Amino acid sequence: MSYDLLTFIWYVLLGVLLTGYAILDGFDLGVGILHPFIAKDDRERRLVMNSIGPLWDGNEVWLVTFGGALFAAFPVAYATVFSSFYTAFFLLLTCLIGRAVSLEFRSKVHSRPWRKFWDVGFFLSSFTGAFLLGVAGGNVMAGMELGPKYVYEGNLFSQIYWYPLLVGCLTVSLFALHGAIFLYLKTEDELQARTRGAITKLFYAFAGLYVIVSLATFIHVPHATENIANYPVLWIVPILNALAVLNIPRAMHLGKPAYAFFTSSMVIAAFATLFSVAIFPNFMLSTLDPAYSITLENARSSAGTLKTMLIIAVIGLPCVLSYTVIIYWIFRGKVKLDSNSY
Amino acid sequence: MDVEILSRLQFAGTIMFHYLFPPLSIGLGLQLFLCELAYFRTKNPAWEAAARFWTRVFAVNFAMGVATGIVMEFEFGTNWAVYSRFVGDVFGSALAAEGIFAFFLESGFLAVLVFGWDRVGPKMHLFSTLMVFLGSAFSAVWIVVANSWQQTPAGYHIVWHDVQGEMMPRAEVTDFWAMVFNPSSVDRLTHTLIGAFVLGAFFVASVCSYYLLKNRHEEVARRCLSIALPTSLVFTIAAAMTGHHSAQQLVETQPAKLAAMEAHFETTDEPTGLYMFGWPDAENETVHFGVKLPYLLSLMVYNDPTVPVPAMDQIPEDERPPVWLPFQTFHIMVGLGTIMIGVAGLACLAWYRGKFGQQRWLLWAIVVMPVAAMTANQAGWITAEVGRQPWVVYPSVQDGVEMMGLRTADGLSESVTAQQVLSSIILFGIIYSLLFAVWVFVLNNKIQHGPETVEELAEYKSKLREETMAEKFGRSGKSHGGDMMVEDNQ
Repeated sequence: MSYDLLTFIWYVLLGVLLTGYAILDGFDLGVGILHPFIAKDDRERRLVMNSIGPLWDGNEVWLVTFGGALFAAFPVAYATVFSSFYTAFFLLLTCLIGRAVSLEFRSKVHSRPWRKFWDVGFFLSSFTGAFLLGVAGGNVMAGMELGPKYVYEGNLFSQIYWYPLLVGCLTVSLFALHGAIFLYLKTEDELQARTRGAITKLFYAFAGLYVIVSLATFIHVPHATENIANYPVLWIVPILNALAVLNIPRAMHLGKPAYAFFTSSMVIAAFATLFSVAIFPNFMLSTLDPAYSITLENARSSAGTLKTMLIIAVIGLPCVLSYTVIIYWIFRGKVKLDSNSY
Repeated sequence: MDVEILSRLQFAGTIMFHYLFPPLSIGLGLQLFLCELAYFRTKNPAWEAAARFWTRVFAVNFAMGVATGIVMEFEFGTNWAVYSRFVGDVFGSALAAEGIFAFFLESGFLAVLVFGWDRVGPKMHLFSTLMVFLGSAFSAVWIVVANSWQQTPAGYHIVWHDVQGEMMPRAEVTDFWAMVFNPSSVDRLTHTLIGAFVLGAFFVASVCSYYLLKNRHEEVARRCLSIALPTSLVFTIAAAMTGHHSAQQLVETQPAKLAAMEAHFETTDEPTGLYMFGWPDAENETVHFGVKLPYLLSLMVYNDPTVPVPAMDQIPEDERPPVWLPFQTFHIMVGLGTIMIGVAGLACLAWYRGKFGQQRWLLWAIVVMPVAAMTANQAGWITAEVGRQPWVVYPSVQDGVEMMGLRTADGLSESVTAQQVLSSIILFGIIYSLLFAVWVFVLNNKIQHGPETVEELAEYKSKLREETMAEKFGRSGKSHGGDMMVEDNQ
């Protein structure tokens, strides 16, 4: 297997890990964003939290593995991306910690202020986490102030401007919509009816942002469409993306929420694919001088390491997928509270 | 303060805080599995009550481990970009393997372990507990392998890459298995895992001894002690043995670290002694108030009391680690280890004679032992990590070729400012203090509440059965109503 092919395979595998993370943790974050608006009393709040109770931890591992795989396969990209987003990533870590402990600690004590505190923590960390992921994605899309020898020359404030902020809003709305459909599958009666109302509103918010961000990308990120222009077959991705977006309200209207959930997962997968297509063959485009960009070629590990890792992945991924399926199967159906619940 | 000191402080602080949780997860995971195995074989409901109780404690601890662990993975990139580029080819594959093999395993089956008590059969549950335990042990394997490679690198070469005109070095794997089984990884891994097993055994023994002191949950407590006490004795002794082995390996691979641990400044022709305690003064190359046992270090390191051990004067001056801290932490670890062997031995003796629980002082001693075990675990790692300075990756010789190392000071991120690091330290200082307080509070709550009695458990289970019956009945009634569409389409 040639070095370039190995490199490309690892780029695709990283895309798979990122997509897996966005689909799976996307609904966890979405549920967290909806939590204060949808659940009216303590029982409902517990139901909402326990809908993701057994799942969120395994879902977060997709991010951890993405980070590890990026480190291993493209160490230069890992080092530069992570140090460039220093402050943003520490805030993201704060959110991930906040989400974990809010879920874990909230229902351990019977006290209103205690539970209120962790409810707020759960919402804030989910909301901000989703937003920061979008902001980081928007920055990588648009390119960053990368100087010579992989050293980032910008700071937090050069990462905060209209385009990444818009992508952040899009991410929040998409995850909230995705989470709402998930909750609809997991809940019953009044809580479910309320979720149905939220899905409609969130869809309009998301669809509006989808149009705006698409236009903004055409204007602000001209290089994003270059790959698609060069390989017209790639048009299939944005087209499928748009069709999938439209299919969400259709599936809900037909009374097929599981189909709607599948569709919103596909929307996320399409966004992740568009993102990968748009930045290829760069990990981080330098806005100062394209020669400073971090590319697949200058960021990759040695051929030997990429090969070893591929063997690890070929052995590991089927195991991961099989027990992911087992866990989701065991915890299928409507969420119920018992003595083991949060 | 500069970026280097701040980044090192930050890494030390976050890793030490993180390391409060994984060893307890690994150690408690083993105890939990043994309890559940006993339940599976005897079907005695007291064992089930015990296993359910330890599961709840385990879950709280595990969540903290996950939450604080992800920080570590990010920090390599955020604070140590040059280091990440240098070791990525080697270190990254171990980290990726950890993610794929260990993290998915433990986090997936954790769901069944914690939330599945009333959802899956006992066989599946026992299997899940085992998988969570193995998953947490696997993650120790990969991370210790990666750390050991930095201390005693093997199976690699240095490749220079042209980066926009400047040549930059990078370590690249040439032999994966030689990298995994580098000279120190097996010694350090066994010592690390056994340290975790000691902590787990003493944690269970501590909580149960507390119940005996307070005359609560006696049946469950005695059952758990029947596992925890013998395992604590076995593992404390094993810890001493693996530690001894590590020291013998250290004199070959990292003599500077061994010299620092023993404040051994000057090489002589005489046999080398071992300090019991003391106050090393690296500037004047002496130890104040030191009490030294003659011959002992030579005996320990070479199995021969007459061979002198090389000292710090053999190490070039700019490659010497700090002495005071590794010396103290090493002696704390060994001292606590000895005390733990003593307490575990006395407890097992009392148990064997059927007199356990009569000596209240012994129960109290066991109650505080987890603090000793935790301190020893932390102290051991401080010794290992401070003792390898100033290197983050040790220089080495591979097949007669000298390989460069990487100094900690050279591993930093170029784009990160001291101010950024300082603010993240403050942010995480506040968050971690809050988390620590909450963790102690919730853990204490769980322990004070204790396991259910056998009767409570039976009552809960029969209630659950009734509800499930009602649920089935209710559902079949409802599916004739308006929800039919939704139900069917799922």
